[in-house]
Amino acid sequence: MSDLSLTIPRGNSEGLRRDGALERLKLFGLSSPALLMVLVILVIPVGWLFYVSFIGANGQFSLENYERMMKRKSYYRIFVTTFQVSLLTTGLCILIGYPLAYFMSQLPKRLANLALITVLVPFWTSLLVRTYAWLVLLQKQGLVNQWAMSLGLWDEPIKMVHNMTGTLIGMVHIMLPFLILPVYNAMKAIDHDYLKAASNLGASPRRAFWTVFFPLSLPGLLAGSLMVFVLCLGFFVTPAVLGGGKVIMVSMKIVSNIELFVNWGAASALGVVLLMLTTAILWLASRFVTLGKMTGGGH
Amino acid sequence: MLKWFNSPASETQVTHGQRLWLYIFATIIMLLLVAPTLIVIPMSFSDSQYLEFPPESWSLRWYRNYFGSPEWMQATATSLKAAVLTMLVATPAGVVAAYGLHCSGVRFVRAAYLMLITPMMVPVVLVAIGAFYVFVKVKLLYSLTGLVLAHSVLALPLVVIVTGSALKTYDMNQELAARSLGAPRWKAFLTITVPQIRFAIVTAALLAFLTSFDEVVVAMFISGGDNPTLTRNMFNALRDQIDPTIAAISTIMIIVTSLMMILAQVFGRGSSEK
Repeated sequence: MSDLSLTIPRGNSEGLRRDGALERLKLFGLSSPALLMVLVILVIPVGWLFYVSFIGANGQFSLENYERMMKRKSYYRIFVTTFQVSLLTTGLCILIGYPLAYFMSQLPKRLANLALITVLVPFWTSLLVRTYAWLVLLQKQGLVNQWAMSLGLWDEPIKMVHNMTGTLIGMVHIMLPFLILPVYNAMKAIDHDYLKAASNLGASPRRAFWTVFFPLSLPGLLAGSLMVFVLCLGFFVTPAVLGGGKVIMVSMKIVSNIELFVNWGAASALGVVLLMLTTAILWLASRFVTLGKMTGGGH
Repeated sequence: MLKWFNSPASETQVTHGQRLWLYIFATIIMLLLVAPTLIVIPMSFSDSQYLEFPPESWSLRWYRNYFGSPEWMQATATSLKAAVLTMLVATPAGVVAAYGLHCSGVRFVRAAYLMLITPMMVPVVLVAIGAFYVFVKVKLLYSLTGLVLAHSVLALPLVVIVTGSALKTYDMNQELAARSLGAPRWKAFLTITVPQIRFAIVTAALLAFLTSFDEVVVAMFISGGDNPTLTRNMFNALRDQIDPTIAAISTIMIIVTSLMMILAQVFGRGSSEK
């Protein structure tokens, strides 16, 4: 009853093509467990948060959660603080990280690897442990105050923690590797013949650096800075511990909205704004540098 | 010495002397990067209630405090269990996904890749409250399963990125050769490809472990009840006062992390010698 013409492929090429397409689909299917996990644990809940942010206290569609954000002074202050902390941290990271990355890029390989370890060790160490370390060092009876006073730098112990100063110190320490690594990678990729050519043509070291080396390292610097800025926007642990309740950032307000006030609408609206900001910046970044570079994927 | 100062340091003929500021600056920064964490170690052996450095008298009291407390021990066990399970879930799922996406030429590969790395881009607070909401609905709140699932999602991007970039430099023709000699695809993958991207897989697994072990914000929301994690308890203790027991725990965490890094190095050596 089976027709012979069915078992014989009409055109070999078409059968092969179909097989190939099937194989590709099967291969794609290998990613389905991972995709499913992200879908269920992340995409759907975040989608739901979107929805909740448009639901008012009476259970109807409303924009009150967003209106509250626009009107209330306390929310305005939170956004200002978030941007302030993020910008200052990014700026300080650039000022400190760029020279360090440059220094590392100039070292012979063995020493450079050693220097790289000093960047990678904090990178791998628990964030909480590092935040705790700063809390201990910067407190009133802490080491920094003790040493500074015995050196005569200041007479009274200075309050360096549970405020903006402490938050910034901790954040810069935690973010530095995120800036240094892409900048260092970009600098390592620069062909030193360009510099030779520049000085051969009479450029002073300074001029060769600013007109040749610096522009070539810019994509790495941009990638690193944006990465740091985006990470800062959503940061929670370090400002929560080192800020001592005086530095309130968006993610902390989201947490307190849920833990203290059980106000999902307000928390969701803040979350949506935070997510939009993050996405916009990453999208902007992806137009200048490939995302692989930002995440440190492509070497 | 003076000769070294005046000798050129780079192609642009800038001298070491002119660059001295950079050397000093970089050394100070490198010290500042490493020292704060390391200084916790000696402090944890101090006898005093106020963490001092150098400690005036040494003692193991904070370690006794930690090992003697059922709460801390329970939290440590939860964290270790969650970290190991996260490693066991996220690594295979991520490696297989990276392999599938690498080989498959389907149109939506890019979209799938983007989706797999979103957990890294989305602010972690959102992941936390989102997971919290879902887990309340499906009764997974405060369960180890829920914690492992959420942590696995956070670890996936790292696994996919690390494995993906290793596959980029790997020559797929080797697998093709094995298959043309009769090996089924899965066997070619396991016996030819996996051993060669071994270092990436080990690194990915380690990153997955650490992602879970160090994670605070998600754990704050979805771990608790009988199953709070170590980081959750540490975070809560930090908010209240500076308990020197945390210094002891921090020291132990630093040791765990360092051991992991050394392990990765050992595996890495093995594969680069080949």
